[in-house]
Amino acid sequence: MAVLNEEQQMLKDMAADWARERMPVTALRALYDHGGGGRAEALGYDPDAWAEMAQMGWTGIVAPLEHGGSDFGCMGLGLVLEQLGRTLAASPLLSSALIAVSALRLGGNAAQQARWLPGLADGSVIGTLAVEEGPHHAPERTALVATPAGDGWTLNGIKRPVQDGMIAHLAIVVARVEGGGGDRDGLRLFLVPTDAPGLTREPLDQIDARRPATFTLTNVAVGADALLGGADLLDQLLDRAAIGMAAEMLGIADQAFDTTLDYLKTRVQFGAIIGSFQALQHRAADLFGELQLARSAVEAALVAIDNDDPALPRLASLAKAIVGETVHVISQQMVQLHGGIGMTHEHDAGLYLKRACVAAQCYGSTAWHRERWARLNRY
Amino acid sequence: MRAMVESAAIEDQDFRLEARAWLAAHFPPALANVPGLLFQGSRAAADANPDYQLWRAAMTGKGWGVPNWASRYGGAGLTMAQGKIIGEELTAIGGFNPIRSYGTMMLGPTLLEYGNEAQKLEHLPFIASHERRWCQGFSEPGAGSDLASLTTRCTDMGDHWLVSGQKIWTSGADEADWCFALVRTDTSRKHGGISFLLIDMASEGIEARPIVLISGSTHFCEVFFNDVKVPKGNLVGEVNQGWTIAKRLLQFERNSLSEVKADITPLAPLAHDYVGTDALGRIDSPDLRARMVRNAMRHEAYLATVRRIAQEAKNGGPSNGVSTLKNLWSGIIQERSELLVEMMGANGLGWAGEPYSDAEREATHAWLHSKAFSIYGGSYEVQNNITAKHTLGLPG
Ligand SMILES: Cc1cc2nc3c(=O)[nH]c(=O)nc-3n(C[C@H](O)[C@H](O)[C@H](O)COP(=O)(O)OP(=O)(O)OC[C@H]3O[C@@H](n4cnc5c(N)ncnc54)[C@H](O)[C@@H]3O)c2cc1C
Repeated sequence: MAVLNEEQQMLKDMAADWARERMPVTALRALYDHGGGGRAEALGYDPDAWAEMAQMGWTGIVAPLEHGGSDFGCMGLGLVLEQLGRTLAASPLLSSALIAVSALRLGGNAAQQARWLPGLADGSVIGTLAVEEGPHHAPERTALVATPAGDGWTLNGIKRPVQDGMIAHLAIVVARVEGGGGDRDGLRLFLVPTDAPGLTREPLDQIDARRPATFTLTNVAVGADALLGGADLLDQLLDRAAIGMAAEMLGIADQAFDTTLDYLKTRVQFGAIIGSFQALQHRAADLFGELQLARSAVEAALVAIDNDDPALPRLASLAKAIVGETVHVISQQMVQLHGGIGMTHEHDAGLYLKRACVAAQCYGSTAWHRERWARLNRY
Repeated sequence: MRAMVESAAIEDQDFRLEARAWLAAHFPPALANVPGLLFQGSRAAADANPDYQLWRAAMTGKGWGVPNWASRYGGAGLTMAQGKIIGEELTAIGGFNPIRSYGTMMLGPTLLEYGNEAQKLEHLPFIASHERRWCQGFSEPGAGSDLASLTTRCTDMGDHWLVSGQKIWTSGADEADWCFALVRTDTSRKHGGISFLLIDMASEGIEARPIVLISGSTHFCEVFFNDVKVPKGNLVGEVNQGWTIAKRLLQFERNSLSEVKADITPLAPLAHDYVGTDALGRIDSPDLRARMVRNAMRHEAYLATVRRIAQEAKNGGPSNGVSTLKNLWSGIIQERSELLVEMMGANGLGWAGEPYSDAEREATHAWLHSKAFSIYGGSYEVQNNITAKHTLGLPG
């Protein structure tokens, strides 16, 4: 565990308590339909819980003071995301408080910041990044086009999956103004209110009940003031997205491990607590080791954001890839070590397995980040 | 000797051609590669499918669902080699054995060894025609890996047995006609107090409650026995001899679980579609590609291992290496399911509805279900314990 200052420690403890009490795994279960997938009418989040998060100031942790934030830093928000990950708490905190706020902080001009940051910071506006268009993370292959129209732009194309897309008010849409697939120079980011005429959205029934969206943009008109930045800003955002997701995954892995460890200490077979079998002791010890690597990688990446460390891109990919592997193995072992009960929908193991799989795919899979890390390190 | 081997090979070749022709004439092409109708599929779906019913009737008439069983038991009295040939020819046309069930894989072979003639005649023909579905009532809430600690009570009432207790994780119990169960007939001994009983699921006092799995299917149940009367003649083998019979049955189960399944469709073409290719036509993610290759190579080596072990064993029965094979197979197939979902990316994360295709949803559900392969039929860890002790001679 990184050495936390007193305020960070308090925030972390508070988030841990709140998640346990207010958003335990049973809250997520309530979003599920029979056996898996999201309930048709559910939006994949709890508006009341979101309001409480906003009240506690979490939505403004990374926002600047002058726009209603606390400027507390990404490490702080990472601690909260990790605690929410522990109970699989479904909320748009990552999409809105980290990614959307960062987008405006890093790429917004004074007018754009004044227009959007206060709402994002106080939680009345939910923001998200609309980047993916196909099954695999490939921002440079963006096909959604932005064509100049008057002094503004017209957007046409599809985004899928958009995390928290059904509940977002503001989407930061990645579009192409020139060039073909693979050409990053032609990419631009646009601020698009989700109630803009021509934007329709459909929920996706996903294994983790979170219901991201498909956005269809048909001649969506935005003004000149919607333009936020280009590929470099997108890279910065995606680094933050990957790190935020890695923080959540660390929490998922940590709790999956703790729950499993408890089971190893209580389940009796062959007249012994199964945790007394050396095979399982070694498995637990190995997983514990993996968790150490994961925690270090995630914390190093969070610190790097706050320190404007030039190594940030490499550390982002390190965190996402390492924790991706860890959460993969641990969620799988959670099912395995619980035996038959781990295979039932009634038990939490399956929920951890499903969320872990979704999280691992978001903002670049383990394979994608391993590949990127290799490139950045000249392998 | 050599001449005998050669003439057997010629006979096999003749038989292969005969089997190929018969299957071509009888297997409904509409059923090719229809996984939902395999033995774990829903009974209602199978019953409602006229092609399936035709296919089942044809195989029943021919005795080829259980080709090695004697014809009085509903089989075709064929050699092991001929049975294998039928399986291979079926696989080649994307077919499946419509009779394959817990009855054919587990109970049938066990009854053949331990049942009396009356029991065989009463049950085997119905297994061979797939008219009676069976479930396996072994596990209990407190008896999973440590199966012998089971507590479901079976009391001798003179003219019948009286059974009380609870089973769990009983696959297909809600759709089964009969259950082969392990029950406790002596509480003073652990392994030596267990008996093997055949129970009609229509008996009074039985309740099967489906449990939802993480894959969304509900193919297993908890089963409650409340003072269930079972006829005296339904005990297989001797009283308190059940553990020996169960061990044999579990060998059959593991053997069938590690059996070479249908040749699996290669993943590479799918990856080309989902992930794209580089300038040299290779899967456009070196990392994913390397892991896919490793998995495919292990799969190929696994198939070769099964063939080699079968040749070495020659007797056809389950061998010592079964635990090893089961773990290798479950590992390879689980990893394969993951690779498939991974290459589908966000399309592999769907549960239901648009825009996920049937194949994508099926892959996702199969991935979740595959987690059970290393749990049921003796968990991964327990198989390794068996290998360590019995194959490698390690103490403990
Ligand atoms: C999908 C599915 C279908 C099933 N169908 C049937 C069925 O039809 N009929 C039936 O009777 N049963 C069925 N089972 C039950 C299955 O056989 C048991 O789940 C299995 O034997 C494990 O028992 P358990 O669940 O009690 O786990 P436990 O025995 O409690 O094991 C928990 C964990 O501890 C490990 N462990 C236990 N002992 C040791 C040891 N000595 N050394 C190292 N590790 C150990 C296990 O490997 C496992 O990882 C099914 C299970 C599943 C998942």
